[in-house]
Amino acid sequence: MEPIIAIRDLSKSYYRESLEIPVLQNISMDIARGEFLALMGPSGSGKTTLLNLIAGIDRPDAGSILVNGTDVPTLNESELAEWRAQNVGFVFQFYNLLPVLTAFENVELPLLLTPLTKKQRREHVEAALGVVGLGDRMNHTPKQLSGGQEQRVAIARAIVTDPTIIVADEPTGDLDKRSAEEILALLERLNSAFEKTIVMVTHDPRAADRAHVQRHLEKGELL
Amino acid sequence: MKVFKLIFKNMFRHKLRTALTIMGISIAVMAFALLRTVIGAWYVGIEATAPDRLITRNSVSFIFPLPVAYRARIASIPGVSNVSYANWFQGVYIDERNFFPRMAVDVETFFDLYPELLLPAEQKEDFKKQRNACIVGAKTAKKFNLKIGDAMTVDGDIYPGRYTFIVRGVYTGRDRATDETQMFFHWAYLDEQLKRDMPIRAGYVGWYVVLIADPAQTAAVSAGIDEIFRNSPSETKTETEKAFTQGFISMSSTIILAIQFISYIIVGIILLVLANTMVMTARERIMEYAVLKTLGFRTLHIAGLITGESLLIAVIGGAIGLAITFPITAGIGEQLSNIFPVFLVETSTMATAMSFAIMVGLIASIVPLYRAMTTSIVDGLRHAG
Ligand SMILES: Nc1ncnc2c1ncn2[C@@H]1O[C@H](COP(=O)(O)OP(=O)(O)O)[C@@H](O)[C@H]1O
Ligand SMILES: [Mg+2]
Repeated sequence: MEPIIAIRDLSKSYYRESLEIPVLQNISMDIARGEFLALMGPSGSGKTTLLNLIAGIDRPDAGSILVNGTDVPTLNESELAEWRAQNVGFVFQFYNLLPVLTAFENVELPLLLTPLTKKQRREHVEAALGVVGLGDRMNHTPKQLSGGQEQRVAIARAIVTDPTIIVADEPTGDLDKRSAEEILALLERLNSAFEKTIVMVTHDPRAADRAHVQRHLEKGELL
Repeated sequence: MKVFKLIFKNMFRHKLRTALTIMGISIAVMAFALLRTVIGAWYVGIEATAPDRLITRNSVSFIFPLPVAYRARIASIPGVSNVSYANWFQGVYIDERNFFPRMAVDVETFFDLYPELLLPAEQKEDFKKQRNACIVGAKTAKKFNLKIGDAMTVDGDIYPGRYTFIVRGVYTGRDRATDETQMFFHWAYLDEQLKRDMPIRAGYVGWYVVLIADPAQTAAVSAGIDEIFRNSPSETKTETEKAFTQGFISMSSTIILAIQFISYIIVGIILLVLANTMVMTARERIMEYAVLKTLGFRTLHIAGLITGESLLIAVIGGAIGLAITFPITAGIGEQLSNIFPVFLVETSTMATAMSFAIMVGLIASIVPLYRAMTTSIVDGLRHAG
């Protein structure tokens, strides 16, 4: 089967005061459609950087990243923004919900960029919050939710647009064991029941165990 | 418009900070409008002048008088349709602080030359009939609770002695800019007393008011008047009422300039207050902006959030500021009615204050806008964390 993500000869460096910090070197890898992949490696090995490149919020120095047939780095800024909105669901370590908005409004955010009507948006948001089991917390603000619940809201926000891939950067990194379990179970269900391709960065082996495939990064190279 | 809700919610995030910023802007806008009103009050005298009135005064200085005999000669100049005259009497009414213009005027002509002073015909007749009668403006009548038939005792200073007048009429202003604080009495009554007590000062007027048939003839008529008194003991200087009034204002032009300067400094202060708030606000939200961009929102959306909030705060502050300007100017106008007979917030002042508030709102968002636009998503997400 055609991979949904095909990465070829990807390199990326950061520059600080004209000093080059090589982060990724010649990365090539395929991720199959419907995969649940765990990207592991020590801190500073370039996991987040690779994930950001796949998700189109950062640009490589060299190489190509085909996602569902689109060579992401070739898109310009506004094409990229539109592409992200349609194809990528994001889950961050610190949830990154907007504190002034309710759970409902946070999940609704990405839909504001679509032509959906208010009523349609409501249906989508309710469905997404239903999937993560927070149908009864729609009007709570992030402050009124536990960390695990916040992350579930963030997952609802990631799936509400029905994206092609979901990227998660240490989604359980800030959670206690039980909440982490819930989040992992939820991601597994998104993968199995909704056939979402998931790329998850983690350095927690227990989290990685839930994925089908594990890849290791070490000093910017895939092992 | 979907982001409007977010702007609103963001604004109330730090309620105290937003409230303090709005309050700061309100007070500054009020101060700005107040200072502008003071400047306007200075110039309102010019607005009240008539193009067909000339003032003829002693060429040496306003404080030197002119012989009353000049009247007939001025009236004979072609183009002159009427001539009146007045003396600045001043004096003290009850208390020195009660400073409103008190003038001895020619009862036969004075009100004919000042159609903006509205006086009922029968009051005008009563005024003419009684030698110690006087007319007061509606503001002064109200302030001192003066009614027709009441006596007004004024202690002369320029013209020593105690003078008692009987109020025979109350005039109102035809125009917004008309001074309603003045008091007028018979020049003949003053002259009568002077003849008795200080004969050398009798027979003089402070200035002549000359009505001309055609305002286009101003220059010719002025020159004509001054020409006939050239080389006489009291040479004259004739100018339009407007130029005459401007002459008074230019004496205080440095003060006006200073007030103007301060009013701009206030605009600068509002800018700093709001810019400070907006910079703090945007710095706290760098990560949120990065999240929004990640979700596919454009730089333009973010700019809308930042500038929208800044503008909203500025406009609310401006509106509150203008709203409190009215009662405050009313109160201050009451206190300053001695100095500024007309003290009104002009529409142009409100428009200027509001435009400044809007400009400040826009400018205050420049730095946060620049930061939000130049911070990459990746750097934004790493922020705070
Ligand atoms: N924006 C950046 N500027 C400079 N250096 C960066 C930036 N982002 C990441 N790095 C550096 O790149 C390396 C890899 O970072 P990252 O991808 O975040 O690693 P990981 O997620 O595996 O911990 C680190 O050494 C980090 O300091
Ligand atoms: Mg990382």
